[in-house]
Amino acid sequence: MTTILPLQKTLVEAVNLALSHEMRRDESVVILGEDVGVNGGVFRATEGLREEFGVRRVFDTPLAEALIAGIAVGMSTQGLKPVAEIQFMGFIFATVEHIACHASRMRNRTRGRLHCPLVIRAPYGGGIHAPEHHSESTEAMFAHIPGLRVVIPSSPKRAYGLLLSAIRNPDPVLFLEPKRIYRASKQALIDDGESLPLDVCFTLREGSDITLVTWGAMVNDTLKAADQLQQNGIGAEVIDVATIKPLDIETILCSVEKTGRCVIIHEAARSFGVGAEISAQIAERGLFYLKAPIARVTGYDTPMPYYKNEDHYMPSVQDILDSAEQTFDFVRKAS
Amino acid sequence: MALPKQSSLPHSSALHTQQQGMHQHTAAEFSVSYTQYLDSQSRVKGQLPDWAQDLDVLEKFYRMMTLTRLFDKKAIALQRTGQMGTYPSCLGQEAIATGLGYAMQATDVLAPYYRDQATQLIRGVKMEEILLYWGGDERGSEYPSGPSQDLPICVPIATQITHAAGIATAMKIRHEKRVAVTTCGDGATSRGDFYEPLNLAGAWQLPMVILVNNNQWAISVPLEIQTASQTIAQKAIAAGIPGEQVDGNDIIAVYERCHQAIERARSGKGPTLIEAITYRLCDHTTADDATRYRPPEALNQAWKIEPIKRLQTYLHNEGYWNEAKEQALISDCEKKINQAVESYLSTPRQSEQDLFDFLFEETPHAMLEQRQHLLDKVAVQKTATQRPSK
Ligand SMILES: Cc1ncc(C[n+]2csc(CCOP(=O)(O)OP(=O)(O)O)c2C)c(N)n1
Ligand SMILES: [Mg+2]
Repeated sequence: MTTILPLQKTLVEAVNLALSHEMRRDESVVILGEDVGVNGGVFRATEGLREEFGVRRVFDTPLAEALIAGIAVGMSTQGLKPVAEIQFMGFIFATVEHIACHASRMRNRTRGRLHCPLVIRAPYGGGIHAPEHHSESTEAMFAHIPGLRVVIPSSPKRAYGLLLSAIRNPDPVLFLEPKRIYRASKQALIDDGESLPLDVCFTLREGSDITLVTWGAMVNDTLKAADQLQQNGIGAEVIDVATIKPLDIETILCSVEKTGRCVIIHEAARSFGVGAEISAQIAERGLFYLKAPIARVTGYDTPMPYYKNEDHYMPSVQDILDSAEQTFDFVRKAS
Repeated sequence: MALPKQSSLPHSSALHTQQQGMHQHTAAEFSVSYTQYLDSQSRVKGQLPDWAQDLDVLEKFYRMMTLTRLFDKKAIALQRTGQMGTYPSCLGQEAIATGLGYAMQATDVLAPYYRDQATQLIRGVKMEEILLYWGGDERGSEYPSGPSQDLPICVPIATQITHAAGIATAMKIRHEKRVAVTTCGDGATSRGDFYEPLNLAGAWQLPMVILVNNNQWAISVPLEIQTASQTIAQKAIAAGIPGEQVDGNDIIAVYERCHQAIERARSGKGPTLIEAITYRLCDHTTADDATRYRPPEALNQAWKIEPIKRLQTYLHNEGYWNEAKEQALISDCEKKINQAVESYLSTPRQSEQDLFDFLFEETPHAMLEQRQHLLDKVAVQKTATQRPSK
């Protein structure tokens, strides 16, 4: 028995590690996208894979996003497991027809005869001073599609474990990678092929006064806010939603039952977002747990501004703190 | 056909000198062939392929085209009498789908559009399954005893072409001797989902055949509004793959060219685009009224060149077909069709949980409550209808 030593890995390296692990384990996994081959992806998520697995399993496509998603659909009906990269989430819109009309429905419309075990990966979110169309967070648009899973990791370990699960899952998964934290920190990782479960939230920190619900790059900011709240004597529970759809509302509800307060934090535009869905479900099932109204800390209903104004748009640690303190201090006025 | 490489690009100064008489030469030259064996008068043009000398083979084609036309007529009748939903007829396009179906091998994969009834029947899809599909029942695409890898009928125009390119990619990765075959209409050739996979098929030399049913119309929009291209076939040339036309009302031409293209792809020589020229003799679907836009004269002309009569006349002229055989064929087809209709109409509705149970391999926990909600609602409805009225 050889012991596998833990490696210090960033989130994007963890993605790479999961891809190579699964390609080694499962012959049917193939990688496609723009610049994923020799170049190893513009963020280097597929670095070294062409060298190890060859051009038949790691290939550059023509520059055509609808094509990438559409051929992934076709390949997956043939029993391959395509992992397709869309270079930036801002360019994902051309894929929507293939995702919403085909990948997410194939099993249903053939009554189980065919299915689409594919993963579409895309870096998403702001905060890296990228050009226009390179900073969007439109996970809610995809979470609305029946038959599709939407998964977002928030740390190297969760990127590794959740991506393994996404590839192994027999149904289509949109895997959104928060590029702001692609290289933010390293975590000790063991490349043992151990996956993490989909469809569940991860409680990252326990607390009894307030529940902070978030995902993606905002997880780090939320954890920072929770530290400061602690210093102010407020115990915050931090939940990383991780699988946006299907949503594990039970974990959130259990926490809200305990704390009686909830703040939802996301980078995406405010209205009709995932935060709205979570607060609706809390209202439906846990209204009387609440000691204060649910609050949302989010981006605005504006396009993602160009990078000089990015900080106006992005929720900050201070925004989270302010909202959490207001929620904590809320006193119901006698009517 | 050699594809000459483009010589140096003209730039502004060259363009300037051009006006002063710069030398120009042809950088690339192409042609598009058109194949026809039986003309509209059922006369043989040139030499028939060997296989077409065998009248038994042509009879097989004729039988399938006839079955398809009678089935199609019945499907429209079912819609008209409220027993089936909207249905797209294939009237006038039977030769294309039949020729293609017989040119494919069972192990090839079809990514069809919605006027491929004959191809699907040849590949083992049942008539009652086609009726189920248009009758609003997902089981119509289950094909439990049919072509297990073929895609279901595709409604979002042209997207099936991209899927076929993916299927062909899988075949190529695995070095399989199989071919992905896809069909579409003329309107479909305006979409990105036509151009993108076409381009890919050329770049990757995929084992793939694209058969365009050019029936001159996309609902009410005539071909000249879709494109200024002289042919649809030549769109393939820009992708570096052969494009050709066939007379889509001449089944001998359709079969021959499809067969050649499919076997070419199978032997690793790459993709082909075939544009089959035909005319839509029917409304776009049962929800359409073509008299609003289609000139009656064009329709009359098109009926004179339709595919079934053409082959029938040929078989007749060869002394191979007669009225008695025709009557026997019709009654045989009608028997099969009636059985299929009966089977369709007597298929019990799916159970309510089927709404949920095929979406994912395992229904996610988050959906169980919704699923239960439906089961409860239906249970209440059932007891309500069972309660004796006072
Ligand atoms: C993406 C998309 N846009 C519009 C439609 C509505 N629609 C259905 S058939 C059709 C015309 C298709 O024409 P063509 O490709 O020539 O095929 P034909 O029906 O003539 O065989 C249209 C516009 C659709 N199904 N999908
Ligand atoms: Mg048409």
